[in-house]
Amino acid sequence: MEFNPLIPIWLQVETDIKLNMIRGTIAPGSKLPGGRDLALQYTINPNTAARVYQELEKEGLCQTRRGLGTFATDEPEKIRQVREDMAKNAIARFMAELKDLGYTKEEAITLLIETEDANHA
Amino acid sequence: MLESKDLVKNYGSKSAVNHVSLTLQPGHIYAILGPNGSGKTTWMKMVTGLVRPTSGTILFEGSPIGIDSRRHIAYMSTEPYFYTFMSIHDVGQYYADFFEDFSMTRYADLMQQMDLDLKLKVKTLSSGMMAKLKVGVTLARDARLYLLDEPFNGIDLLARDAIRKTILEAAQPEKALLLSSHLVEEMESIADTAIFLSEGKLIEMRDLEEMRTQDGISMTERYREIYGKTED
Repeated sequence: MEFNPLIPIWLQVETDIKLNMIRGTIAPGSKLPGGRDLALQYTINPNTAARVYQELEKEGLCQTRRGLGTFATDEPEKIRQVREDMAKNAIARFMAELKDLGYTKEEAITLLIETEDANHA
Repeated sequence: MLESKDLVKNYGSKSAVNHVSLTLQPGHIYAILGPNGSGKTTWMKMVTGLVRPTSGTILFEGSPIGIDSRRHIAYMSTEPYFYTFMSIHDVGQYYADFFEDFSMTRYADLMQQMDLDLKLKVKTLSSGMMAKLKVGVTLARDARLYLLDEPFNGIDLLARDAIRKTILEAAQPEKALLLSSHLVEEMESIADTAIFLSEGKLIEMRDLEEMRTQDGISMTERYREIYGKTED
């Protein structure tokens, strides 16, 4: 994975794991790699890897069971929530850019539909 | 773990290291940065005990460095230092004779991990293979503190990737690693703390993720800010 060095690396890895949970590449309830393995998998500092799990845990997306390791959440509601949050963030970025270009909400929606329809025609 | 207190090294009237005070803690990977002549190598050599400080003190686990600390500090210098007639296996044996904490098993694992055949002769190695061998021979010691001077220099992308993985494998909560490199980008994701030196002086020591969060800046960007005006 290529990192943007201007954005905290834990955040980039956390986002990648969330995407994998949403896509199902990481199955609900499955065991996640240990901190050291996560560090190796992404070629990141082990302290950064530990931070990734702390943050995922804070959001209820994973759970560390003493002596057993870290597990992905098995609650579909949590995954649905994170998916919606990420979609909302994407919309916020999209709208911010279009507003910069002088589009109103209605114009942006019309343009979005037209462009997508044309792309998939 | 390691304390450099007001450390100075003068060569004649020139200060190679100029009143450097800093502390290294276990469980971290440090990147020591600065243009040529900023004092990185001299500082590392003093910590290793290869260069005697002009003034100041170096404490390892609270005691002045000496024969005892040397057993816990492994240093990889930039100079090539293997007999060319040896095989990679011989190099391991040679090190095992020198260092009590050198593990031949671990050495063989490291070589395998980096795809180096123990039967190869040193004189036949490419620069990338040589770099891997140097890193491997250093990390095969069971030291507490590893100092790697320019582990990524003059080698291709794949060898750099292999070395980064090997460095991460060696990182343990009770050990510290310190890397110097001109290839700052290579260390962005694996280091957690940057030490910026300039003309022998400590400019600053920063937690990288904190720097990205608070200032929205990378280690590479910060390097440009600090040294932008300096010729390298």
